[in-house]
Amino acid sequence: MKKFLIPLALFLGLVVFLAIGLQRDPREIPSPLVGKPAPDFKLVQLDRDDPLSPKDLRGKVWLLNVWATWCVSCREEHPVLVAFAPRMQVPIVGLNYKEIQPQDEAAKLPPAVKLQVARERSQAWLKKHGNPYTTSVMDMDGRTGIAYGVYGVPETYVIDAEGIIRYKRVGVVTPQVMNETILPLIEKLRPKT
Amino acid sequence: MTRWLRALTLGGVLGWAGLAPAWAQAPMPANRVASATPATPATTANASRPREAVPLAEDPVLEARLIEIAQELRCMVCQNESLASSHAELAEDLRREVRELMKEGKTNDEVRDFLVERYGDFVLYRPGVKPLTWVLWFGPFLLLLLALTVLARLLRARRQASPPPALTEAQRERAQSLLKD
Repeated sequence: MKKFLIPLALFLGLVVFLAIGLQRDPREIPSPLVGKPAPDFKLVQLDRDDPLSPKDLRGKVWLLNVWATWCVSCREEHPVLVAFAPRMQVPIVGLNYKEIQPQDEAAKLPPAVKLQVARERSQAWLKKHGNPYTTSVMDMDGRTGIAYGVYGVPETYVIDAEGIIRYKRVGVVTPQVMNETILPLIEKLRPKT
Repeated sequence: MTRWLRALTLGGVLGWAGLAPAWAQAPMPANRVASATPATPATTANASRPREAVPLAEDPVLEARLIEIAQELRCMVCQNESLASSHAELAEDLRREVRELMKEGKTNDEVRDFLVERYGDFVLYRPGVKPLTWVLWFGPFLLLLLALTVLARLLRARRQASPPPALTEAQRERAQSLLKD
């Protein structure tokens, strides 16, 4: 009798492992950048030509949110950012990631015109969906995205006053993630005055 | 019983030894896609049609190196494809990035480190051996060892089990008569 219980126990063990495996999101990969200085960039802003750099935000806790108008999941996330932005009281910098995709008609335009098209599109999108961003920077060629290890837009980073990345989220930020992770983390990191 | 088992094992080992080198040299699918020279000479009809994934063969040596590295790297978007074979946009961007790093004279290891710094060990199809990956590297051998131990024990138990009781004279006679029919 006992002998028959062994395969059953093995099978149940396997089921438990598989069940745990199914619950996990294969896209959620711990970022090696957490705990490291935020990679530098110098990118033109959405509404202004003067570039923004992470250095300009030293001394502040801030959020970097990777977005684009072509990104479908961003539409799901956007209302959450809009709703939480006033409550967070930290700058939210949007990284507009590769607004003009290679298959896009506008991809063939000269860089200056391409930037103009990207800006107009992004501004119209923010007007329609609301603008939670303090400012957005334009990552036209996706280089800054690579520096930050972006592989699934939207992505969100929490960066502390010393410019160290403290948290990275790949995928949509839900109200739950905001309440349970991001808001408490911001409170913890906020420099005491 | 034991003889054909031995023959089977020997055949398997020889077959493996014969096949393995050919296997290692066989072009991977990605290699075929991105190879600079087509395996068969292009006919005129073929030449006019754009071939899939025409490589940027400004520098064939560099491209070969790119493919060599990229085959061992995971595309983060479609996670079961290599960076060499993926058509995802990020993979294209990363190939561009790797190409530029190589032009700057970075070694293969430096290129790999560049990607690991950003995306973690997960980009490596062959992650380094370190405490975190011990289970990954040695786990299968441990399981094999475990299975062999269990097998050896089972076999020994079976051998030590008492032989079936001898037949009585009456039973033997009955068997004989049954066999005669």
